[in-house]
Amino acid sequence: MLMAFKLALRNLIGAGLRTWLNVIVLSFAFVVIIWHKGILDGWDRQARTDMISWEAGGGQYWQQNYDPYDPFTISDSHAPVTGTLQNMVGHGTLTPILITQGTIYPSGRMLSVLIKGIDPAQKILAIPSAMLDTASGDIPAIIGTSMAASSKLKTGDHVTLRWRDRNGAFDATEIRIAGIFKTNVPTVDGSQIWLPLSKLQQMMLMPGEATILVCKQRNESFPAAAGWKVKDLDFLLADMNNIIKSKTAGGMVLWGILMMLALLAIFDTQVLAIFRRQKEIGMYVAMGMTRRQVVALFTTEGAMHAVLATLLGAVYGIPLLALQAIRGISFPVSGSDYGISMAERLYPHYGIRLIIMTILIVMIATTIVSYWPARKIARMKPTDALRGKIQ
Amino acid sequence: MDSGHLITIQHLKKHFAMGAGKFTALNGIDLTFDKGEFTGIIGPSGSGKTTLLNIIGSLDVPSEGKAIVMGKSVGDLGAREAAMLRKTKLGFIFQSYNLLQVHTVYENVEFPLLLLGIDAATRKQMVKDALEWVGLTDKTSSRPAQLSGGECQRVAIARAMVKKPEIVLADEPTANLDAANSHHILQTMEKLNHEFRTTFIFATHDEKVIGYIRRKIFLEDGKVAKDELITKS
Repeated sequence: MLMAFKLALRNLIGAGLRTWLNVIVLSFAFVVIIWHKGILDGWDRQARTDMISWEAGGGQYWQQNYDPYDPFTISDSHAPVTGTLQNMVGHGTLTPILITQGTIYPSGRMLSVLIKGIDPAQKILAIPSAMLDTASGDIPAIIGTSMAASSKLKTGDHVTLRWRDRNGAFDATEIRIAGIFKTNVPTVDGSQIWLPLSKLQQMMLMPGEATILVCKQRNESFPAAAGWKVKDLDFLLADMNNIIKSKTAGGMVLWGILMMLALLAIFDTQVLAIFRRQKEIGMYVAMGMTRRQVVALFTTEGAMHAVLATLLGAVYGIPLLALQAIRGISFPVSGSDYGISMAERLYPHYGIRLIIMTILIVMIATTIVSYWPARKIARMKPTDALRGKIQ
Repeated sequence: MDSGHLITIQHLKKHFAMGAGKFTALNGIDLTFDKGEFTGIIGPSGSGKTTLLNIIGSLDVPSEGKAIVMGKSVGDLGAREAAMLRKTKLGFIFQSYNLLQVHTVYENVEFPLLLLGIDAATRKQMVKDALEWVGLTDKTSSRPAQLSGGECQRVAIARAMVKKPEIVLADEPTANLDAANSHHILQTMEKLNHEFRTTFIFATHDEKVIGYIRRKIFLEDGKVAKDELITKS
């Protein structure tokens, strides 16, 4: 095997440009595969992190009637926060959110909205609730950029809000847009307005009540509370995980195409070598190499393309990819304009597992496509090979 | 099995399939070769010279009869045993040199020693010696493309001789060379034959080669037409 390695290395280095062209193509495939997968992984991580910090927290308690996919449950999805939960809120490990439906009338239009009450002092979610902590007499509200765009509301604008209290009575008031926040998480932005919790409780005639409670940290075991259902992160991120899975499947297609292109170059070289290097193969056999050794030599040669490609890819790939991982990649058009949860600057994530797996897969695949044509050598008659007569 | 000869050929026949029929390249050859011979197998194209050389070199097998090389019947050898025989006991010189184009002169000559698993220091000395025999010590770093035909064939001789084999089989070694280079090559091989008592068997129809050899075996239509020893004064 050592001899095959030595000879293969000599043959590859001696072949000069032919070798380096293959190695460059293969190294390019390496770097692009890792880069592409790194972007997807970075995107996934970012989306997951944002989702946790803006919406899910470390897990949630839902009032037992609450079903975000069924608007008819929302009016009945509230309960007083008492006992253990109240203590946790007091310790700052839980923050209550009251949710109800309403309507706003910006510029004479009518928009259905979800009204969410949040404690202005909370630190659990990234929502800038501190903007709701204002001393002015009017009711402050904050909205996301997506909501601001669709409602054409700006900071300082006043808008009429109508809602139904716990008794079903309609009421309306003027609210003031105290701030507009930017988030990558559309589920805390679109068609939603955020009010101070105590104000919303007062408006809804639901003092001390909440619809959901968001935990500060991910808990292994949430204390049980009557009338409340625990929703852990696995549940809260299930939709996102499904999106990631489908995105991964899509990414595999591009991965496969890149691999195919790179491997085709190796396969092509190997097939050509069998025909162009017949006399050399005949000479190897005449000098005393067994056919198995010749096949091993050609397979090693092919596989070593992957080794050289890894080294070459590392030379230009590591600084390039590291730079992107540190500085991120900026997107000229905001993804949120298309309803996609995407940051303006995306930071690729290159895990060690991703790199090792890519290298291993490319090496194994390269070895297989090198071995395949090399098998033909095993069927060669050395006398025909020496005369270059193999068709 | 051991007849005392280095090579014993008995009733050797070799047929090749040709369309629906067959072509007989060798048709009942009986020959023996002894250690230290400098022998030429002479004949026109198609007379079976190369086929006979290939069988002696265990690159091909007899259709009928026997070819016993250093006590081993070529037809009965497995692929691994045949490879071992070639690796340890035989050296080959080809008409078109068959050098590794991407390797240097040094690496080409070193190649058979790598196959034998000889250590690096010994290898280095053996390659140096072989290149001295053929007068190419100044070309160690050159590649075959940078050498003349004569120099390429000298590299091929060094490669064949570096492991000091018992038998060197040379198939038309001067066919691609001019007269001066041919004589140089043949003188080199003659010198090595004397020095190491290596048996040289040539397949040739080149008059220049015939002038050097000490035994002439004439082949015609796959049969030995004449086998004569030349006594040189």
